[in-house]
Amino acid sequence: MTTPSVPDLLEVTDLRTVFHTARGDVRAVDGVSFRLAAGETLGLVGESGSGKSVLGRTVMGLISSGPTTTVTGSVRIGGHDVHALKPSARRRLWGPEVAMVFQDPMTSLNPVKRVGTHLTETLRRHLHCSRTEATERAVDLLRQVGIPEPARRLRQYPHELSGGMRQRVVIATALACDPRLLIADEPTTALDVTVQKQILDLLGSLVAERDMAMLLVSHDLGAVAGRTDRVQVMYAGRTVESGATRPVFAAPEHPYTEALLASIPNLAHPPHTVLRAIEGNPPDMARPPLGCRFAPRCGRAAAGCTDELPLLVGVPGSAGVTGREVACHHPVGLSAPLEGNRHGR
Amino acid sequence: MAGSGTAHLRTDRERSLVVDDLVVEFPVTHGTVHAVSGLNLDLLPGETLGILGESGCGKSSAGRAVMQLPPPTSGSVHLGEVELTGLKAREMRRARARMQLVLQDPVSALNPRRKVKDLVVEGLEIWGWAERRRDTFVDELLTSVGLDPESVREKRPHELSGGQCQRVCIARALALDPEVLICDEPVSSLDVSVQAQILNLLEQARERYGLSMVFIAHDVAVVKNISDRVLVMYLGKTCEVLPSDGLERNALHPYTRLLLASVPSEADADRAPAGVEAAPGSKAVELPSPLDPPSGCRFRTRCPLATDRCAAEEPRLRELRPGQFVACHHPDPTLADPTLADPTLADPTPEE
Repeated sequence: MTTPSVPDLLEVTDLRTVFHTARGDVRAVDGVSFRLAAGETLGLVGESGSGKSVLGRTVMGLISSGPTTTVTGSVRIGGHDVHALKPSARRRLWGPEVAMVFQDPMTSLNPVKRVGTHLTETLRRHLHCSRTEATERAVDLLRQVGIPEPARRLRQYPHELSGGMRQRVVIATALACDPRLLIADEPTTALDVTVQKQILDLLGSLVAERDMAMLLVSHDLGAVAGRTDRVQVMYAGRTVESGATRPVFAAPEHPYTEALLASIPNLAHPPHTVLRAIEGNPPDMARPPLGCRFAPRCGRAAAGCTDELPLLVGVPGSAGVTGREVACHHPVGLSAPLEGNRHGR
Repeated sequence: MAGSGTAHLRTDRERSLVVDDLVVEFPVTHGTVHAVSGLNLDLLPGETLGILGESGCGKSSAGRAVMQLPPPTSGSVHLGEVELTGLKAREMRRARARMQLVLQDPVSALNPRRKVKDLVVEGLEIWGWAERRRDTFVDELLTSVGLDPESVREKRPHELSGGQCQRVCIARALALDPEVLICDEPVSSLDVSVQAQILNLLEQARERYGLSMVFIAHDVAVVKNISDRVLVMYLGKTCEVLPSDGLERNALHPYTRLLLASVPSEADADRAPAGVEAAPGSKAVELPSPLDPPSGCRFRTRCPLATDRCAAEEPRLRELRPGQFVACHHPDPTLADPTLADPTLADPTPEE
């Protein structure tokens, strides 16, 4: 996984994405930092409105500063500062450096273009292939993503394919220029369970084969648990907990992570087990609560929680667990507040 | 399966809902969509039946046909003693009060122009309750589904969150004191933390009002949690009917096993990622169309155990263990033991 000598492929530092709306400023992503090395898979999990998708798109550079949006902080992909680049230079990054797989495979393909056109268009533009060369490579790409009869599929339109098959085409398009970083935004949410497993397996093997880095954005904790090296849990635009996937899920430190895991029905439990629901609803991001954003719904909240925003600080002590961070005044596994969170902002 | 049969029906018991040989077909330009092909089910008073299946398996069509929205192509639906198919409009309206539906998208299920206080008692209004009597009932209903009457009574659906809208939908359904509640994917559009609230609420409502429930969903763990009995559907037919307790260990039908093996979990990390060309399941398979379902067992095109017999003869539901009915020619009991579960089962054989 992470080798200290190699600089990280992706570096996100104190990223903030603020949308200026009629209801006020919506701070969709509010100070998020992380790193990702080649060959590593990072899961971004959270509920709707937690800012995980906006974060994915801001990393890609699809959301950037403009009249209605302010992006601050930095995103560096392979040394390039995505948000400091001119749009034309940013477009050159898309494809060879970073590519994205979106949630809904029907709307991310152009319905009036053949499957082949989606692929050859990318290849010709970014890799300057000739027409025949592009077609050969397109057939090869479709074969790599497990589509039977690739030559025939090239001539079909998106509506002629099933949802799972379309998502494979979207993945093939994303892979066309051999990106070093793949951002998958809820790649299987629109698909059936059995197909979902196939697509996740496919992404996993492609990442391993090509030594790509992958950012897997998902609300499905099960999918993230089995497919990522590290995980970052988001709530209301901020990271509440991050670390190696297994320890985070096995022994969550943040009350939100713990509550989220406990609220999912578990196949191992007998029927009619009362679920530990999280009361209340996620906050309105135009008017986030003061202090810790989870405090109004948190079972461990104490007086200080609603005044001071907890910072993301390393979890000390636990041997063998490295890079574990939590943003909480009263983490689950610790009785005393963490150093650095005694004086929040 | 995907087969048919009536072996799982409990004719000797008192039943609140009996569905007999339900067929739902929709004519389209080039043929007929066979959404539900001969579904049989029954529901005991106070029981929850989970219908599990993927999109296109006919689970929603079945739920709606039971409600007669629209009426099924053929087959019969008995609610208590009343046969619902072929009822006159006026009698149908009377029967519908005893059977209520909760839909997937709670926001679009509510009239955006009406206030919560009117939405929850709309059914009572239709049944001629006086306005004053209705108004006193509003607060009781809202409280019973965990909403604060003071803060939501005057609001319209767009001012509420998805979870709150689903609570309003459930309050609306409970207002008429139904015997049977049909829930069609009631939690699939909600966030995980809110999903648990709604599932707990449905359990409470079932206990408090003595409801019988049909719970339609695609999520195995959700269905197991809320149901007493689970019916697995594939392409309009029944694969397996089994008690939800121990479902993950006991399931025998290859399709149920496939569904269980597809549930994403931490265990996925333990399998070394195989190459795309090498892994059997990484090849895409076109699913059969409900316009032209496969002969015999409808699951055979994806089934690792399929033989010639599966194409020629439709399997019928057989009781293989007490209370567990399987429609399969080759149910392999070794599959029911998770330690022996074959990982290749998770991966349907590539079909060219």
